[in-house]
Amino acid sequence: MPIKSYVAFPQKGKKNQLIKVLERSNYCEVVPSSNKEVLILVTDTQNDRQENELLLALENIEEIEHLNLVSGFNEEVSREKEKATNNDK
Amino acid sequence: MRKCQEKKKKQQIMINRRDFIKKSAAASAMAAAITMIPGILFASDQENSTLTGDINWTKGPCRFCGVGCGILVGTQNGKAVAVKGDPNSAVNKGLLCVKGYHQIMCTSSADRLTKPLVKKNGKYVETSMEEALDLVASKMKETIDKHGKDSVAMYTSGQSTIPEGYVASKFMKGAIGTNNLDCNARLCMASAVAGFLTTFGADEPMGCYEDIEHANVFVLWGNNMAEMHPVLFSRMLDNRLNRKNVRIIDLATRTTRTSKAADKSILFKPQGDLAIANSICYELINNGWVDNSFVEKHVAFNKGKTNIGYGLEDNFKFNDEATPINYEEYKTFLADYRPDKIEEISGVSAKDIKYLASIYGDPNLKVVSYWCMGMNQHTRGTWVNNLVYNIHLLTGKISQPGNGPFSLTGQPSACGTAREVGTFTHKLPKGVVTNKKHRELAAKIWKVPYDRIPDKPTYHATEMFRAVDRGDIKFIWTQVTNPLVSLPKTSRFRPAMEKESCFVVVSDVFPTPTSDVADVILPAAWHVEKSGMYGNSERRTQYWDQMVEAPGEALPDAWITIEIARRMGFGDLFPYSKENHHEEIYNEYRQFHVGKKHNMAPLDILKKESGTIWPYIEETGKSTLWRFNSKYDPACDQAKDFDFYGNPDGKAVIWQRPYEPAPEMPDSEYPFWLNTGRVIEHWHTGSMTRRIPVLHQAVPNAYVELHPTDAKRLGISNKEKLKIISRRGTTILPASINERGMPTIGQVFVPFFDESMLINDVTLDSFCPISKEPDYKKCAVRIEKV
Repeated sequence: MPIKSYVAFPQKGKKNQLIKVLERSNYCEVVPSSNKEVLILVTDTQNDRQENELLLALENIEEIEHLNLVSGFNEEVSREKEKATNNDK
Repeated sequence: MRKCQEKKKKQQIMINRRDFIKKSAAASAMAAAITMIPGILFASDQENSTLTGDINWTKGPCRFCGVGCGILVGTQNGKAVAVKGDPNSAVNKGLLCVKGYHQIMCTSSADRLTKPLVKKNGKYVETSMEEALDLVASKMKETIDKHGKDSVAMYTSGQSTIPEGYVASKFMKGAIGTNNLDCNARLCMASAVAGFLTTFGADEPMGCYEDIEHANVFVLWGNNMAEMHPVLFSRMLDNRLNRKNVRIIDLATRTTRTSKAADKSILFKPQGDLAIANSICYELINNGWVDNSFVEKHVAFNKGKTNIGYGLEDNFKFNDEATPINYEEYKTFLADYRPDKIEEISGVSAKDIKYLASIYGDPNLKVVSYWCMGMNQHTRGTWVNNLVYNIHLLTGKISQPGNGPFSLTGQPSACGTAREVGTFTHKLPKGVVTNKKHRELAAKIWKVPYDRIPDKPTYHATEMFRAVDRGDIKFIWTQVTNPLVSLPKTSRFRPAMEKESCFVVVSDVFPTPTSDVADVILPAAWHVEKSGMYGNSERRTQYWDQMVEAPGEALPDAWITIEIARRMGFGDLFPYSKENHHEEIYNEYRQFHVGKKHNMAPLDILKKESGTIWPYIEETGKSTLWRFNSKYDPACDQAKDFDFYGNPDGKAVIWQRPYEPAPEMPDSEYPFWLNTGRVIEHWHTGSMTRRIPVLHQAVPNAYVELHPTDAKRLGISNKEKLKIISRRGTTILPASINERGMPTIGQVFVPFFDESMLINDVTLDSFCPISKEPDYKKCAVRIEKV
């Protein structure tokens, strides 16, 4: 059940179209910047199937130049990642 | 029916919690965007949206840098679950950086230290806290009995709370009677301290962050504020957006996110800042831009020793001597720094020097100079601090709203603990060990015989670890710090700490390369698991209450020190209670600063407010925002407009300090400068931020930045593994070309947060002979493909 947030960079001049596309998409909430060609995307999926479906949908949105993942909240996943982090050391 | 209601309630809590997490995620992304894209705004209703849920919010300062942002920590069911910016904090007004938002996530790391560990037959064995404390105390006592009190040492931190630093100082200097106490703030702030003391006779900036709302021009001297002090940088950008005539000038040796956001970026050669500052002063005088009345009334002129060395030899000793000079002699000295004469050594055009001088010299512009590690980690760190003060003193642009020099700090209590409490070898909670009156005051408050406090400093950080290597120090205890990642030339100090000649005790929250060599590891409570106070860059003291319990047997460092002191027979000097020791210690400490010049706010005030700036004026209940200006500072002689009361004559000192080259310069064998530093996602040695999944994933490892021209010439592509080699050691890192930052041609840059790619095995342990702060910004290396 991950909740993730991204800084999303639209293709040049496509910010408004991107907002519309994302607002229509499942699992997405959008916080646009009021002065820059950037927006915040918060996603909320309930399971792996939904998450994979969402990632595929995001990959196919032409108005996105790139997405920067900022945070991901999922208690079980976080613990696994933490373990992986510590094993790296 | 009842079951149905309970189910509904449970679902409601789940929804609230999920909504809360979503808002938290959005806030994190906004904070990241703010630091990535200067000047970006989001609709205020979204930025201000409050997180909901059955969360209890408690105020405190952020755990990370010296900006001292106010945070609100959300706790639920005995756990810290969220952090948001404190809208009531004058420092950050509700904003945090990406580290700040995620800080509490490290506390639940799976490898958290929760039990004392004692090394037995080469393996760590869990033990009880009682047993571990008994062992540490007996080892320390035994070492003193056998080898004398100067054979034991403590190395603490600018992250220690005020009570933690205070009891460490009282324990080492007042109880044991050795000055073998130093701290990691030596590695970041000591040059600023020495600069302030030599120029003003009093440490710490005279201004405050409110200067940002008044200044027209910000000159950043080797200071990547967009990454290192992002919240202050955002405040600066906000002012540029909303006020007319606000400019940012980035003066640096590398192009960074700060350079990109600045109105003007000026790149200079390493060590060239000494020549640039003198050249600006030449121009100020040559163009008649000096505030003659200010200089006449408030300034004296001195020169110090020259060719002062670089501290590379063990047991290096240096004492500066001040010789008074007059204004004419100073002017003659500056003749060598005519802008066209310094183009070669500084790498800056005469045109740009004149531009900088015209900014400082314009009486209609208010100017703040900011700096941090670029000027402090410098073999002439004290000098370059003095030289920037010279500019402000010549123009009288000091101690006024929007005008002043301001050294920023890197740790949350480098000022409050390291500098004010005085956890340096030469310091006492008030003054220095060499001053009889200061020793007498400490002895009186500590209730110890006056002659127990030695009158000479012993080991500063670098020399302390050299002494471990030589076998002179036989017991060392580190608290809240990770020297085997942060010291220069760790290639010498790691094997030194592994020697059997020294018993090593490490108190920490997480395992680190330093705890890896410890004989005893003591688990420490993290920030919100104890109560305490920090002091930030602008002289602001901030209090917080314990918010959650520390896990396992972890204890606050102050209490660990008290327990050890008691076991060593000093119980009468440490009569504090476990529940309330932080308050009892603070009240004792306040006695050192009674008086108008450094009065600390009472605890009940600190508990209510998001910090106060000393000197705190009890009559009015106000902070002193600008020191040395009688309009704002009641400690001044009110008959004068300015009073630099740190010096007996009330005058600040303009120092004649020349350009001198760095100790190691690129040559045919080692043709690149190496510069080291930080990234926004990680804090210092990464022991906390690398345990925060979001931050770790954002920048999972260190890298070496090269200029694209050098990369092309050497046929190096992005991510290609490179060996960085110096005369001290090597490390292997992936190349980074045209990514976050760009060094100048002939220079490479490496962040130091990554313990698996130890760049400090490569750096040089040279230091400023006055401040003893190492220079991590300049040494010579070569690059080889792996």
